[in-house]
Amino acid sequence: MSERASVPKEEEEAEPETEQEPVTTGAQSVIRALENAGTDYVFGVQGGAIMPVYDALYDSDINHVTMAHEQGASHAADAYGVVTGDPGVCFATSGPGATNLVTGIADANMDSDPVIALTGQVPTEFVGNDAFQETDTVGITQPITKESYFAADSDTVGDDVSEAFALADAGRQGPTLVDLPKDVTQGETEVEPGSSETPETYEVPEEADDENVQEAAEALAEADRPVILSGGGVIKADASNALREFAKEYEIPVITTMPGIGSFPEDHELSLEWAGMHGTGYANMAISNTDCMLAIGTRFDDRLTGGVDSFAPDAEVIHIDIDPAEISKNVYADYPLIGDAREVLRQLFDAMPRAPDADEWRDQCQTWKDEYPMDYDTPDDEPLKPQYVVEQFSEMTPDDTIVCTGVGQHQMWASQFWEYTEPRTWVSSHGLGTMGYGVPAAIGAKLAAPDQEVVCFDGDGSFLMTVQGLSVAVREQLDITYVVLNNEAVGMVRQWQDGFYEGRRMASEYPWIPQFDKLAEAFGARGFTLESYDNVEETIQEAREYDGPSVIDAHIDPGENVFPMVPSGGDNGQFALNEDHLDMI
Amino acid sequence: MPGPAPDERMRPKGRRNTQGIRVDPEAEVTHEPRQAVLSALVKHRPGVLSEVSALFSRRQFNIESLTVGPTVDDDTARMTILIEEPEPGIDQAKKQLRKLVPVVSVRELEGEAVRRELALVKVSGEKPDDVNAVADMYDGQAVDASTDSVTVEITGSKQKIDAAIEAFKQFDVQEIVRTGAAALERGPKTLEKDV
Repeated sequence: MSERASVPKEEEEAEPETEQEPVTTGAQSVIRALENAGTDYVFGVQGGAIMPVYDALYDSDINHVTMAHEQGASHAADAYGVVTGDPGVCFATSGPGATNLVTGIADANMDSDPVIALTGQVPTEFVGNDAFQETDTVGITQPITKESYFAADSDTVGDDVSEAFALADAGRQGPTLVDLPKDVTQGETEVEPGSSETPETYEVPEEADDENVQEAAEALAEADRPVILSGGGVIKADASNALREFAKEYEIPVITTMPGIGSFPEDHELSLEWAGMHGTGYANMAISNTDCMLAIGTRFDDRLTGGVDSFAPDAEVIHIDIDPAEISKNVYADYPLIGDAREVLRQLFDAMPRAPDADEWRDQCQTWKDEYPMDYDTPDDEPLKPQYVVEQFSEMTPDDTIVCTGVGQHQMWASQFWEYTEPRTWVSSHGLGTMGYGVPAAIGAKLAAPDQEVVCFDGDGSFLMTVQGLSVAVREQLDITYVVLNNEAVGMVRQWQDGFYEGRRMASEYPWIPQFDKLAEAFGARGFTLESYDNVEETIQEAREYDGPSVIDAHIDPGENVFPMVPSGGDNGQFALNEDHLDMI
Repeated sequence: MPGPAPDERMRPKGRRNTQGIRVDPEAEVTHEPRQAVLSALVKHRPGVLSEVSALFSRRQFNIESLTVGPTVDDDTARMTILIEEPEPGIDQAKKQLRKLVPVVSVRELEGEAVRRELALVKVSGEKPDDVNAVADMYDGQAVDASTDSVTVEITGSKQKIDAAIEAFKQFDVQEIVRTGAAALERGPKTLEKDV
C-alpha cells in the first residue's frame, strides 16, 4: 500500500507509459536498480542515514511497507522471498536500524532464502569515526550473507544494488546486503545502473556430469530399500513437479526435510512426510533402514540427522545439490551430483535403467505408517489439545493456504498436523530457529500472495517477541489469521527441562502474559478466545471470515508435549513416542 | 501413540564415523589430520582478508599461517594458507573458500611445491662474529647491527627457520618475527581462474 497519501499530490499525474526520468542522485540510481529488477514491495523503517533513499522512493511505483521494527522488515522480506521465489527487499537506517535487521538476515542465510538488505550508513567522511548511529554493518553481516557490499561511489551504487540483487537469486539463494553511505546516496550522478549480473567470480553449475548421473541411477535402481529425501532446495529450484514425476514413475517412498515440506504431497501414498527430531516415526524408521538415499537440496542439518554416526548407516547416499560445499559436509556422499535440482532430476529420470525392485520395502514403510500414526489423546474433558486446533484448521482451508509459524512447540504441531500438498505454502524459520518469525513473516507472505489464505501459528512466547507487527497488519488491512497456541510457557524449553533437566523449569513459564484477544483489539485487529473443544470450528470460521487480521488466543493443554522425538544427537530409529521412551533411549 | 518401543524396532547393521562416512566393518576408515597448502587468488580490495580469515575461524579450521600479497595483476592478490585438518576438513576449506565472492580461484598445492618463509631474528650484539658465523650456516645475513644487537634475516623452509632460531638461542634472542609460508607450484603450472 502506498504511503505517499499524507502529502496531497498535484493532480497532473504522469501518464502510465512515459519514459523514465534520468537519475540525478545515487539514491535514485538505487531505486532504479530495484525497479529494473522488478521489485514490487520493500519492507523497511525510515531513519536519518537512509532518508535520501526513501526520498527517491517517493517518486517510484514500488510499494513500501513501514514495519514496526527492522527485525520484522527482514523477516517479512524473507517470507516474501520464500513465497514468490524472488528476492524480498528490506530497508533500514544505519546503526541500530542495521543491527536490528541482522536476525532476519541470519535467518535467511541459514534457510537459503533470497533477501536484499539495503542499509543507510553515515557519510563516508565519518565512517570509522564512531559517528552517531554508525556501526560496521558490512563487518557484522559478512558471515551471514552471500556478500555484503559497501557502496563507495554515487556513480557505481546502482550497479552494486543490481549485482546484489542478481547474486541473492543466483545458484543457491541467500541474502545480500548493500551499505549505503548518506553522501553516496545524496551525491549527484547521471549513471544509470547496469543490468543485473552476478559477479564474474560467482559460478553456478547447471547440469551434473552425465557419467556420474548414470552411476547414481544404477545404484538407485539396484537398491532394495530406496528412499528420496527432499529438502528445501527442491522447492527453491522449482523442482517439486520433477520430484513428483520421478517418485511416482519409479515408486520410491519420499521423505521431506522440514524446509522441504510441500515439495511432495503429504496425502500421496508414497509420502512418509518429514523426518528429523520431531518428524514422523515412519519417516525416521525409513531413514534408519534405507540402503540407498537420494538426497536432494538438503544440507543434512543436525535436527534432521541426529548423530551422523547413526544416520542412514546402511545407505549409499546420492546427493544432488547446487552448492558443491554441501557435498560431504555433514554426511558423506557416495554419488555427488552438483547442479540445479530440476535439471539433475530430469537427467536422473532419463538415466534410470529400471525401477528398483522394492515392493517389500514399500510394504514395510506402510507397516510403519500403521504402527506409528501421528496421533494424540483427545478426551473431551481434557483441556484443548493444540493438535486438534491445527488439524481442524487444515481441514477447513484450501490446499494452497499458506502456513507461517514462529518457533517452538506450536511450530512442530503446525508442521505435523497440517496436511501440506503444495510447495511454497510452508513458511517457517528452520536453521536459525528464530522465535518471533511468525508475525512479520505472515505479513510478507500475505503481500506476496494476496489471493491465498494465510494463517500464522505462533506460541505465546514467540508471538510476544514481534507482536508490534500487528499494527502493520492492521494498517495494511491484511487478511491474516493468527492462532496463538497459548500454554503460558516457552514450551519447547520446558519440555527439554522436564525431559533432560529433572523438571527444573528455570525461566520457561510465562504465567504473566497478556490476554491476546484484547491485545489484538487494542491494535485494531479482531480478537477471539478458544478454551474448549465446543467452539473450535466456529471460532476458526469466524476469524477466517473477518476481512482483516484476527488473533485467536487458543488456551491449550499446558501439559501437552511434542512427540515423536529424537533426542539431540540421537539415533533417528530410536525416537521416543512418549515421556517413558525418553528414559529408555 | 502405539507401535513398538525403541528397543523392539528394526535395526540397521551399518554405522558411520563422526565425519558422516560409512564405516566398512572390514577396514575402518578414519582420516588423520595432515598439512595442506592452499593457494588462492582473490580480488585485491579492502575486507577480503577479514572475509577469508573469518571463514576459517567461524568454521573452526586451524590456520597454521596465512600470507597475502599483490600479484602481477593490480586487481588480484594471492593468499597462501597453511592448514592442518583431516581430509574432509581440507576439502571443506577449499569449497567454502571458493564460495566467497571475492575469491577468484583456489587450489591445494602439491607436496613438492616451493615453500618459503622469512624470519627476522634480533639477538644480543655481544658476539657479532659468532652471530655472523651461525647466520652463514643457514644462508642468512645480518641486516641491522648496533652496539647492543644484531638483526639477522633468514629465508627458507619452516624446518630450516625452526633450526636457525634454535641455533640463535645461544645469543639471547630478543625478538622474532616470522611471515608464514609463501608457496608456488613447481613447474610451468600457474593458478588461474577455473582451475
